Amino acid sequence: METLNYLNNGHGLASWLLTRDHKRIALLYLASITGFFFLGGLFAFMIRLELLTPAGDVMSSDTYNKMFTMHGVVMVFFFLIPSIPAVLGNFLIPIMIGAKDLAFPRINLLSWYIYVLGGIFTLVAALSGGVDTGWTFYTPYSTAAANSHVITAALGIFITGFSSILTGLNFIVTVHRMRAPGLTWFRLPLFVWSMYATSLVMILGTPVIAITVLLVAAERVLHMGIFDPALGGDPILFQHLFWFYSHPAVYIMILPAMGVISEIVQAFSRKNIFGYSFVAFSSLAIAIIGFLVWGHHLFVSGQSVYAGMIFSILSYLVAIPSAIKVFNWTATIYKGSVSLDSPMLYAFGFLGLFTIGGLTGLFLAAMGLDIHVHDTYFVVAHFHYIMVGGAIMGYLGGLHYWWPKISGRLYSEPWAKFAALMVFVGFNLTFFPQFVAGYLGMPRRYHAYPDEFQVLNVASTLGASILSVGYVLPMVYFTWSLFKGAPSPSDPWGAQGLEWEIPSPPPTENFHVTPIVTHGTHQYAPSKEVGIV
Amino acid sequence: MFTNFPLFPQQASVQASQVDGIYFFMLAVTAFFSLLIAGLVVLFAVKYRRRHEDEVGAAIHGSLALELLWTVIPFLITMVMFAWGAKVFFDLYRAPAGAMEVYVVGKQWMWKVQHMGGAREINELHVPVGRPVKLIMGSEDVIHSFFIPAFRVKADVIPGRYNMLWFTASKPGRYHLFCAEYCGTKHSGMIGSVIAMEPTEFQAWLGGGNASDTPAAAGEKLFQSQGCIACHRQGAALQAPLLTNKFGSTVTLQSGARIVADESYIRESILNPQAKIVAGFPPIMPTFQGLVSEEQLMQLVAYVKSLSTPGTAPAGAPANR
Repeated sequence: METLNYLNNGHGLASWLLTRDHKRIALLYLASITGFFFLGGLFAFMIRLELLTPAGDVMSSDTYNKMFTMHGVVMVFFFLIPSIPAVLGNFLIPIMIGAKDLAFPRINLLSWYIYVLGGIFTLVAALSGGVDTGWTFYTPYSTAAANSHVITAALGIFITGFSSILTGLNFIVTVHRMRAPGLTWFRLPLFVWSMYATSLVMILGTPVIAITVLLVAAERVLHMGIFDPALGGDPILFQHLFWFYSHPAVYIMILPAMGVISEIVQAFSRKNIFGYSFVAFSSLAIAIIGFLVWGHHLFVSGQSVYAGMIFSILSYLVAIPSAIKVFNWTATIYKGSVSLDSPMLYAFGFLGLFTIGGLTGLFLAAMGLDIHVHDTYFVVAHFHYIMVGGAIMGYLGGLHYWWPKISGRLYSEPWAKFAALMVFVGFNLTFFPQFVAGYLGMPRRYHAYPDEFQVLNVASTLGASILSVGYVLPMVYFTWSLFKGAPSPSDPWGAQGLEWEIPSPPPTENFHVTPIVTHGTHQYAPSKEVGIV
Repeated sequence: MFTNFPLFPQQASVQASQVDGIYFFMLAVTAFFSLLIAGLVVLFAVKYRRRHEDEVGAAIHGSLALELLWTVIPFLITMVMFAWGAKVFFDLYRAPAGAMEVYVVGKQWMWKVQHMGGAREINELHVPVGRPVKLIMGSEDVIHSFFIPAFRVKADVIPGRYNMLWFTASKPGRYHLFCAEYCGTKHSGMIGSVIAMEPTEFQAWLGGGNASDTPAAAGEKLFQSQGCIACHRQGAALQAPLLTNKFGSTVTLQSGARIVADESYIRESILNPQAKIVAGFPPIMPTFQGLVSEEQLMQLVAYVKSLSTPGTAPAGAPANR
């Protein structure tokens, strides 16, 4: 007789589609974002295929332009932004704080439905012919010139934004109101701190992108002059509004991954984090300063030189908390008991790729240097190192770390290690050559390019093929584990934290008795209560 | 196949080595920190690998001294990067006086170039080496970006305003010109060449016969055919400011604000005359939006500029009385 858990407590479609269990909702998100991830990956595959040769010979220019637009829209709004928060955050936040669910279970389900509705709009836009403005929707191209499904795609983004806002709101209220007795702020797992910081960005930033895409629609449909100079508007105003959200959105993607890495590094070093409060507060610092750096996207747009200087300084300041985190993770491994299980391999991959991604951001923040590399493949490489090398490595690491808890099953560790290696090698081969191509001057969003860039592009496409195998493999062995995997004990890694004290998979109510917390997480060595430092 | 694949761009302008200087500095600093982190992570992972199943790590909670160290040092280094980057930016931003001016119009999907002497080109820009060249750029439709990798310069070309870009070519040759801001279907076809020539060759090229009216002369014709001259002249029935010596001067607006009458102001006053009216004049000028193209606007601007620059006014321009 199987014990009752959240997976077997209720069968049939309705028990899933009408569930209010945060763990089941997390799985609904897992299924839907995985679908969008592979859709976005398909667009990426088409891009890499086209760029194998200098001539635009695989598809037409219009089709190519739609491919990179849809790749960006799908990956940013329908995979990266919801990925860790909506899947791992949903699953883990209540458990990590000793609660039975999020504060608003119905709103949680509603945000999934809103996400799906937004996704349907985007799919309709894609299937009815696509959109070709780039995921940045720059005006006046998007409002006056583009002859594609801008409004449908923009509505998809507008709608999905509310899903983010509701999820962020739910997390903030939950962390404030539902912590178990004894679970003070400074005993919280660092994953919860980073999700809290992420939620702040979600609820403060997302309304701005919603307003911005509405204004695009108003100009495109009603010809209200907002951004198009022919109607009396200002095209640069759009860029300010767009990046006011879309730069912080990068922190919506990377902060949760940082939280995951903090957990993994502690668990597989069997050692508490070095400098807990510095790591925790650096998340908040990133969330706050991250709102003040958007103008570094406008250094070549003719923005005031003095505004540019302020944005340059602030962009350097926002790099400091990220550096603090990297140093603290490294120091955490020092004198640890290090085990290189697959989640730790992903964490190491994250450390390497995020460091390169972060440090190349310093190049872009230098105004005089940004003039040359702006809108080239250097930028493409930089943000993929952050958003793919950083955020997806963190997401995959977290998925491997908590999969036994989520599914109650163990996956094949040798295959997982092999996949981690494939992702790391494939990723670097794909994106490192793009730094070189970018400094050489290859502009982004080019359907055809001069011959001398071909070698670098062939390397990129080769790397992307390896990378795609690395991404498909976890799908295969995770699915396999659901049917054939050995049952997981409650704590397969010998890690600490409330989530490892309950059965795998957890019961619907998480805790039969509300736990009383007496110390912070990951206290492996016998020691005193963690101080401020 | 694959015989020509450079890994570093040519340096063909005075600015290029400045930009590469900060690039190499940042490469060195970031390579050091990347290798430091990677080295430490690998070292710790090997040295402190788990030796038996029950082993746990040491109880170390942190160190305020270390935290301060790795906050302050990166902060100081990044401030050097900031200052250096800003210095290079200012140098790239401020064109020296006396630079050779060239008008550029971007439109889907081509670059139209007009030299002050009247020579016109499409998707090519001929410039002399050793002389500062200043591009005054506008767009007829969406945002483009004028990018010469070998010169390390780039500026967005934005509808509704003029953006500037300047450089001094240092090495004769033919270099890529790219549109760097996505502008629609044939964005990747909006490319061309910048040809840097020895000054003597450049002079020969200028005299090579593809010259038409100078922009200022073409502007003067427009000034008459569009009827501007009906009001903007001595003794006109309707009151309008005389344009002689107006360019580059400071004018007082009705709002009391004082602005410099630069290219963008003249352009705006033609398209949107009510926006910034000079104090003392009635708001009676009609808009010329839709009546003059972006290139014609540049010609009108060139004409108004010529009225303020001794010696450059086309024959027949009203003398400065």
